[in-house]
Amino acid sequence: MNYSVTNTAQNAVEVNKVIRNTYTLLSMTLVFSAIMAAVSTFVQMPPMTYLLSLGGAMLLIWLVLPRTANSATGLWVVFAITGLLGFGLGPILSQYLALSKGPQIVATAFGGTGVIFLGLSGYALTTRKNFSFMGGFLVAGLLMVLVAALANIFLAMPALSLAISAIVIMLMSGFILYDTSRMIHGGETNYLLMTVSLYLNIFNIFVHLLHILGVMSDD
Amino acid sequence: MDWMKIGWAILLIAMIAVIYPNAKRMLTDSPKAEKGDWMSVVLPILAVIGFIVLLTMLV
Repeated sequence: MNYSVTNTAQNAVEVNKVIRNTYTLLSMTLVFSAIMAAVSTFVQMPPMTYLLSLGGAMLLIWLVLPRTANSATGLWVVFAITGLLGFGLGPILSQYLALSKGPQIVATAFGGTGVIFLGLSGYALTTRKNFSFMGGFLVAGLLMVLVAALANIFLAMPALSLAISAIVIMLMSGFILYDTSRMIHGGETNYLLMTVSLYLNIFNIFVHLLHILGVMSDD
Repeated sequence: MDWMKIGWAILLIAMIAVIYPNAKRMLTDSPKAEKGDWMSVVLPILAVIGFIVLLTMLV
């Protein structure tokens, strides 16, 4: 009995440590990413920067992060991934900032992403519900969206592009609930991997909210 | 077709190739939802949809 109580207390301490470390690192990577985006916007990087940065970040996530996630090097890899993704945002931000309502659109997307993330994380943290049942649904949805996005490269349909952005925001909102719940219930104990997962959710919500707001604005 | 489109297509195909095995595994291994579980997801997602509609009206 005493052993079970000690074990539960140890688990709770362990989970709280993962949550604290994840949110601390997430805040730091978001600030770093914003600085990189500002630098990239300031130096007027060409549009191909977004594709190259995204490709580089994906290679780091697939090939380097899994091998370094349990070492100190993993921390640098996380900053490299988030820095690259932030730097890639430069050309997109430049494009939106050139519109007459551009600064308002970018600020609204930035604030909106923050509200969505804090609201959903707060919901998952306070209710402590287990959202692990959503895993299959979310990843199947993500796969379908990727196939639709691939098709739209050749079809170039604006309505499909808008629908994809709306679905991505819904899916990433679901992933925030799923990932936060994984952290609470001990499904993921590595805070570096957790930070990258949550960062990608925020990054995708921001990019697609920017797209929706850009299309829906009067500009 | 410009090389940017080819680049995006390669990146998306790579993403699909990486995600597909995980998707198959997660579809079979994910725990099944219990009664009321989906309702606890639908409500916050509806709130997100409402919030985005509000934001689109603001810009």
